Amino acid sequence: MERNPMRRQLQTMRKSLFDQGHLDEQFVQLEELQDDANPNFVEEVVTLYYRDSARIILNIEQALERKPFDFNKLDAYMHQFKGSSSSIGAKKVKAESTVFREYCRSRNGEGCMRSFQQLKKEYATLRRKLEAYFQVARQAGPMETACRPK
Amino acid sequence: MNSSIGKAYMSTASSSAGRKAGDAAAAAAAAADQFPAGLRVLVVDDDPTCLMILEKMLRTCLYEVTKCNRAETALSMLRENKNGFDVVISDVHMPDMDGFKLLEHIGLEMDLPVIMMSADDGKHVVMKGVTHGACDYLIKPVRIEALKNIWQHVVRKRKNEWKDFEQSGSVEEGDRQLKQSEDADYSSSANEGNWKSSKRRKDDEDETDERDDTSSLKKPRVVWSVELHQQFVAAVNQLGIDKAVPKKILELMNVPGLTRENVASHLQKYRLYLRRLSGVSQHPGNLNNSFMSPQEATFGPLSSLSGLDLQTLAATGQLPAQSLVTLQSSGLGRPTGKSGIPMPLIDQRNIFSFENPKLRFGEGQQQHVNNNKQMNLLHGIPTTMEPKQLAGLHHGAQSMGNMNMQVASHGSQSSQNNPLLMQMAQPQARGQMLNDSSLGHAPRLLSPMGQPMLSNGIAANVPTRNGIQENIRAPSYNPVPQTSSMLNFPMNHASELPGNSYPLGSTPGISSLTPKVAFREDVNSDIKGSVGFLPSYDIFNDLDHHKPQNWELQNVGMTFDASQHSNSLQGNLNHAQSVLVQQGFSSGQMNGQNRSATVVSKTMFSSGDSTGHVNAQNGNQPLNSLLVDGTVRVKSETPTNLYPDDFGQEDLMSALLKQQDVIAPAEHEFDFDGYSLDNIPV
Repeated sequence: MERNPMRRQLQTMRKSLFDQGHLDEQFVQLEELQDDANPNFVEEVVTLYYRDSARIILNIEQALERKPFDFNKLDAYMHQFKGSSSSIGAKKVKAESTVFREYCRSRNGEGCMRSFQQLKKEYATLRRKLEAYFQVARQAGPMETACRPK
Repeated sequence: MNSSIGKAYMSTASSSAGRKAGDAAAAAAAAADQFPAGLRVLVVDDDPTCLMILEKMLRTCLYEVTKCNRAETALSMLRENKNGFDVVISDVHMPDMDGFKLLEHIGLEMDLPVIMMSADDGKHVVMKGVTHGACDYLIKPVRIEALKNIWQHVVRKRKNEWKDFEQSGSVEEGDRQLKQSEDADYSSSANEGNWKSSKRRKDDEDETDERDDTSSLKKPRVVWSVELHQQFVAAVNQLGIDKAVPKKILELMNVPGLTRENVASHLQKYRLYLRRLSGVSQHPGNLNNSFMSPQEATFGPLSSLSGLDLQTLAATGQLPAQSLVTLQSSGLGRPTGKSGIPMPLIDQRNIFSFENPKLRFGEGQQQHVNNNKQMNLLHGIPTTMEPKQLAGLHHGAQSMGNMNMQVASHGSQSSQNNPLLMQMAQPQARGQMLNDSSLGHAPRLLSPMGQPMLSNGIAANVPTRNGIQENIRAPSYNPVPQTSSMLNFPMNHASELPGNSYPLGSTPGISSLTPKVAFREDVNSDIKGSVGFLPSYDIFNDLDHHKPQNWELQNVGMTFDASQHSNSLQGNLNHAQSVLVQQGFSSGQMNGQNRSATVVSKTMFSSGDSTGHVNAQNGNQPLNSLLVDGTVRVKSETPTNLYPDDFGQEDLMSALLKQQDVIAPAEHEFDFDGYSLDNIPV
């Protein structure tokens, strides 16, 4: 069926996200919550995440512009960000958040800045990949049950 | 809640089952056993992503979910509908309120099982959850499997409550008589013991209000009367807080009909209270000691009682009804601690009552609202003390160990009350002393300040009203005000304090206060100058000079924290202190005392606030610890020492203190916002 290729493509994309370490088991938890009542649950959550976390990213950026660094505040922001990221299964982003927090605890400003740059990269990469993923999912999604092999 | 849970489950189960009729699993679950389907969960998290996920997960578990992104909103939701939820899940880090503070509030007011969550899995944080009474701690990201079993906490709690219920019959009876409460308000919510009902016995003016609100429980609970609480505290002290296990406590108490579960839950609350007061883990021991002092035995527990206790104490009318009455009539004015209530003592009680929503939320700011109330207690007393003063008193009161006295102190104590209050305050806590002193010279002292002090439980008022209020909230700092208010208020009045610490009733000292009227006179003379009623400290100072001993005790407690916190508090206290100074206490006397008192007060303030509250003002910890110590100390010692013979305050104080102790345990509907120092309308 036509949809099969899409489904297959979706599966490939999904596998790659996991294999490359962008997503972890928590993402699967979200997928399992998706049901007929909430057919786009995962996409909705991820969209909400990117919207809300953008605010925290901005806060951190602003905080990094003020010298000297308020490490406590930075750590608090990152704690928030980490919690959010981990809840959608953003593995690499979460890992980088941990690194950042370590730098905060050791009062390493340079480390914080470097880590934050890396974090933003991972964050952007994941968003790109997930957006592509959901695009395919939307096309392939509704047909999923219909296309399920007997 | 228990009884409603069952019903709720039934209805919710069916509805949820209906919702998911199509879902085979849901249908199966509903059919097989409705519970835990339909469990009413309130989830609080400021992170919208997490909140959305949790909601979905909980719905998948067939629970009835209500989500909330602000702690304050959650708290008000819970307050409005005390039996509307079965379990609460809350994040630890939230912008408007610390998750642990919310936890405490819920535990005190509603006694619902609370599960904490955090991405932080550090041992310390998890430990904090345990010590604050969380029934579980989930590490984020939360998996659905972890949520599937949360119903066990509800069942467990219910099971324990019923057990208590069954056992509490005999105990309650006894308490009833003691308290003479009009009706055992077993239904007081959240608390295991019906502190509220015990408080009622005196038929305090305000009590009824408070009680009604709080009594939402369906089943009777053990009523932790003042005496019972005293016994409890005595037992705990005897064993040592670290070694105090429910079984041994039960044995020591030797109260027929009391179960180990009753004691266990009471102990948990007490520990929370102590912890809150001291802000330092080690305190439990210290606190207890101080509390336990001879009279205070009840106070000790006060801390744990926190809002509850105070009210209970007040309610139980531990405070000699007469003293309360005297206090009130003398000038307290309205017994109802609530705003401007004359029942300074009662307000103090509130100290315990963490409930005071005001205290809680506005920790800093609220306080003063609450304080005002408390202050009002004094209102009878013409003291010109500003709310701040009250705050100061409160703080002192708080240190008292949340003596309910605060309530009294705020009071509206009219001038007359002052002496009484003062007396009461004395025993109660240093803070109270301040109130008392104010009492002496004219209610002024007590008024706003005096009273609130007690009730505010030292709530943060110190720095400003808020400061005191905080104190109140936190552990039952009220002690200080208690004395003053106690006198004025009728013991039963505890309820008056709008939610503030327990009404006078709680302050044991009150009873003794009444006779002390004479004291008042003396105080008046001393205080005349000072209007403001210096925050509880002053009172103590004043009183102290008569009784150096009292101060010592207090100081002891305080010093412990004082050293650490006083610095922080200083800022806050300063104004309280200054107020005191203005009061014109007999400097001579006070000096000696004052010093200690000051320290005390300082500490009191800080400690008063129990972690939560204190923070608002100073940094929480310091206060708590201070207060705890302070309060504890105060209790035991002050009662007698604080007041000079002529004042007879001692008696009052002790009476108040005693009352407070006792009352505190009594459950109290947290409803009383007015009680805790917070309510003191500063």
